[in-house]
Amino acid sequence: MTVAARPGGNIVETRERNRGRIALTDTRAAGQSLQELDQVVIRFAGDSGDGMQLTGDRFTNVSAVLGNDLSTLPDFPAEIRAPAGTLAGVSAFQVHISDHDILTPGDAPNVLVAMNPAALKTNIADLPQGAILIVNVDAFDDRALAKAGYPANPLTDGTLGGFTVYEVPMTSLTLEACKETGAKPRDAERSKNFFALGMVSWMFSRPTEATLEWIEKRFSSNAMVAAANTLAFKAGWNFGETTEVFENAYEVKPAKLTPGHYTHVTGNVALAYGLVAASQLARLPLFLGSYPITPASDILHELSKHKNFGVKTLQAEDEIAGVGAALGAAFGGSLGVTTTSGPGVDLKAETIGLAVSLELPLVVIDIQRGGPSTGLPTKTEQADLLQAMYGRHGEAPVPIVAAITPAHCFDAAIEAVRIAVKYRTPVILLSDGYLANGAEPWRLPDVESLPDISVSFATEPNHSDGEGGAQFWPYLRDTETLARPWAVPGTPGLEHRIGGLEKEDGTGNVSYEAANHELMCKLRAAKVAGIAKDIPPVEVDDQPGAELLVLGWGSTYGAIAAAVRSVRARGEKVAHAQLMHLNPFPSNLGEVLRRYPKVLVPELNLGQLSRLVRAEFLVDAQRFNKVQCQPFTAGELAAAITAHLSAGATQGVSA
Amino acid sequence: MTDTAVPATTKKDWSSDQEVRWCPGCGDYSILTAVQMLMPELGVRREDVVFVSGIGCAARFPYYMNVYGMHAIHGRAPAIATGLALTRPDLDVWVVTGDGDSLSIGGNHLIHALRRNVNLTILLFNNQIYGLTKGQYSPTSEQGKVTKSTPFGSVDFPFNPVSLALGAEASFVARTHDMDRKHMMEVFRRAHQHRGSAFVEIYQNCNVFNDGAFAEITAKEKRPHNLIPLMHGEPIRFGPDGEKGVMLDGQGHARIVEVADVGEDRILVHDEARDDPGLAFMLSRLARGPHEPTPIGVFRAVERADYGSEMQRQLLGAQERQGPGDLAALLSSGATWDV
Repeated sequence: MTVAARPGGNIVETRERNRGRIALTDTRAAGQSLQELDQVVIRFAGDSGDGMQLTGDRFTNVSAVLGNDLSTLPDFPAEIRAPAGTLAGVSAFQVHISDHDILTPGDAPNVLVAMNPAALKTNIADLPQGAILIVNVDAFDDRALAKAGYPANPLTDGTLGGFTVYEVPMTSLTLEACKETGAKPRDAERSKNFFALGMVSWMFSRPTEATLEWIEKRFSSNAMVAAANTLAFKAGWNFGETTEVFENAYEVKPAKLTPGHYTHVTGNVALAYGLVAASQLARLPLFLGSYPITPASDILHELSKHKNFGVKTLQAEDEIAGVGAALGAAFGGSLGVTTTSGPGVDLKAETIGLAVSLELPLVVIDIQRGGPSTGLPTKTEQADLLQAMYGRHGEAPVPIVAAITPAHCFDAAIEAVRIAVKYRTPVILLSDGYLANGAEPWRLPDVESLPDISVSFATEPNHSDGEGGAQFWPYLRDTETLARPWAVPGTPGLEHRIGGLEKEDGTGNVSYEAANHELMCKLRAAKVAGIAKDIPPVEVDDQPGAELLVLGWGSTYGAIAAAVRSVRARGEKVAHAQLMHLNPFPSNLGEVLRRYPKVLVPELNLGQLSRLVRAEFLVDAQRFNKVQCQPFTAGELAAAITAHLSAGATQGVSA
Repeated sequence: MTDTAVPATTKKDWSSDQEVRWCPGCGDYSILTAVQMLMPELGVRREDVVFVSGIGCAARFPYYMNVYGMHAIHGRAPAIATGLALTRPDLDVWVVTGDGDSLSIGGNHLIHALRRNVNLTILLFNNQIYGLTKGQYSPTSEQGKVTKSTPFGSVDFPFNPVSLALGAEASFVARTHDMDRKHMMEVFRRAHQHRGSAFVEIYQNCNVFNDGAFAEITAKEKRPHNLIPLMHGEPIRFGPDGEKGVMLDGQGHARIVEVADVGEDRILVHDEARDDPGLAFMLSRLARGPHEPTPIGVFRAVERADYGSEMQRQLLGAQERQGPGDLAALLSSGATWDV
């Protein structure tokens, strides 16, 4: 069915609506004006300049406050403004809201809002038959169609027959609504994303107050823009309310989440909060040395706001200086952190190696993106695991922690800091573009219950010269953790020199002695390996009789868990474990892996964890890989799991 | 930190127990001695002093100082020292580097430390050669330099470290040389006193791979002829009897002249505190290399807020306005709801 609306409320129904094929779960009888849904996936898509990220973010915010469980997937081009109207310039934001706990931003949208032909063309393939498609019909002129590469107008050539299409003249209705502000049409047109937001807010029964207040606050410096956005938003809402273009409005009730106080966060904000928290828990001032890089920059932005926490941020001249300054700060007794993405990790490798040799705490945060080289800066990938593991010369082991959901970035940051300060080692924390920009509700922790991760600086000499004289040996280790003392400048009597040259065990003096070098390599390796005793065993979401273990790491958690739910719903038996510690592995991992006849390792790379577990545990771990700039969908993982459950599947497969 | 209670020390207190391993006759020895002799005069505590270095012969320096020290990686000492200085404004942070370390692989960090005016005392040992890697030309080697890596002579044009530092907005720029301990100590003392980045180029002889590179300037018998001492507030004169001087010509260029020819009044009076670095830059260009009359001394010393103090000011301001950080409040600073 196509519903065309023209200004003035001239509504023409052109075809009968095929409601039965809408992929929404209706719980009320057909024909009612307000339908309750248990979940819905909405995607806003438009030109990079159309404000789709803002629109999606606002919709997410009101949904969060309404109490829905949610998960988001922003997807935008690397170019700030690719040529307007082109396929390359399309920016999209997908949000999954539900009345129960969900794990992913949804495999496919139920509703697609397309602001121009290019947005339609790049997104339509993801839209299942029967889904709702709302288009800004004003944008479908010949020029825009040609720019998007449409030989004929898809709104009229019958190719959209399988969808419920609403053609809404968003641009002209926005212009009409904003007339009274006196804004020039060119400026007023920019408010059309608020028209779309108002319309979709009506459609899904979102409250309006919060958004209207937000507009006032956000655009307080420009009254005309604030007025235009407000009017556009209201016009969009009223369009839904009064024109009866849409047959139904929908409602998604609050989710029955674990009781608590909630907010909603993106992974990068949660990570920044985690670092601030870790700084307090470790009782060390936080110093961030960072160079802007997508998709990590938001952590620098966030931390630079919190100076009243004593947080110092340095936007360094390059990636190397960012990590160097962090290491210098660590030498001085601060919590030294650097944030980056893959290309930055390449550049920081030498300094991370120095930190391995100096045995100073350092937290290196890698928000992974598509590689190699510049790769796909705004797209997600998990292909830096082997780099984190091995990307340095010499024997240079580094503990690795991975975040598994946006909110978990908070805990992962604290864990990375805990390991770094306790073991005096650089730690690499892996997040990725999906976690960084994706959002989910977060049940706020009671800050009083967060762990004390503080350590002591050395204050006294720790060795005798044999003649009654006290000495300080910077490499005299703690017998349990094998960590060396952290003696910060300013401490009388502990003056010492450290460096990247090999050191003599104990004294820390430069040593080229062969046996000492091997000893030091083994000590550094044993120190990192020993952390396994100090991390929780890997937990298995098990099922009696399960023959297959799905082993994931990091951000694939939600998609794997959702896939496991769905295959179990079909009666298949499968277990799931998700790694948050990649080096060292949890001490029970080998035993867990050997418990299952089959192991499947899905990753957004070409097989990195699978390689590590095969090498480490000699298990026949099969891989399932995808490097398509997008997270796994639960559907494709469920299919892969089912395929591996059936007997013959022994070859690695790709999505 | 200056403090009346700082215990009196001698050079020996500042020397570590490690054997000094530079080649016999290396200019680095005299620089080390100058620094170790200066330290007792600075009124600082050993535990508050940190030497950070990169890689190269000069970079071994921290091992020989009985203070806190870090021998880091090639070129990165200014970056590492920046993090230390910004988080520990109570410390006295020195960077020891060479011409390859800070003008080649670490050029970026040097210029940005200078531009930011981080509170660091940077000593650049310039020997115009790569010593530790056994004799390749460096970014300060003269054009045409024949070395192991340039058997037909080097093609690239050298950096002038003083010009570079001035161009990088350094607030303190000086040059000294390894044959004059008194001058070194005086320049190091001034550099140490300076709040912000203090940059000192030290002409340092590498007697193994580039012997005599600065002899035209630094050899006792040559100094009167080719070493132009810069002294704040004094006319810039040199020569055995002070018969030569520097003046600005009609085009505004600095030129070496016979004082008798132009008259004493025309001789340029050195002003290291000039806000405009133009004259200092011109002086740094007076010689095309250390084989003709070359100025030595403090080229520029101006007051400019240092990065660490400004950073601290923002922090204190935020704490005054917002109060100390409240973690629970931060976590719930966005939209929240209860379930």
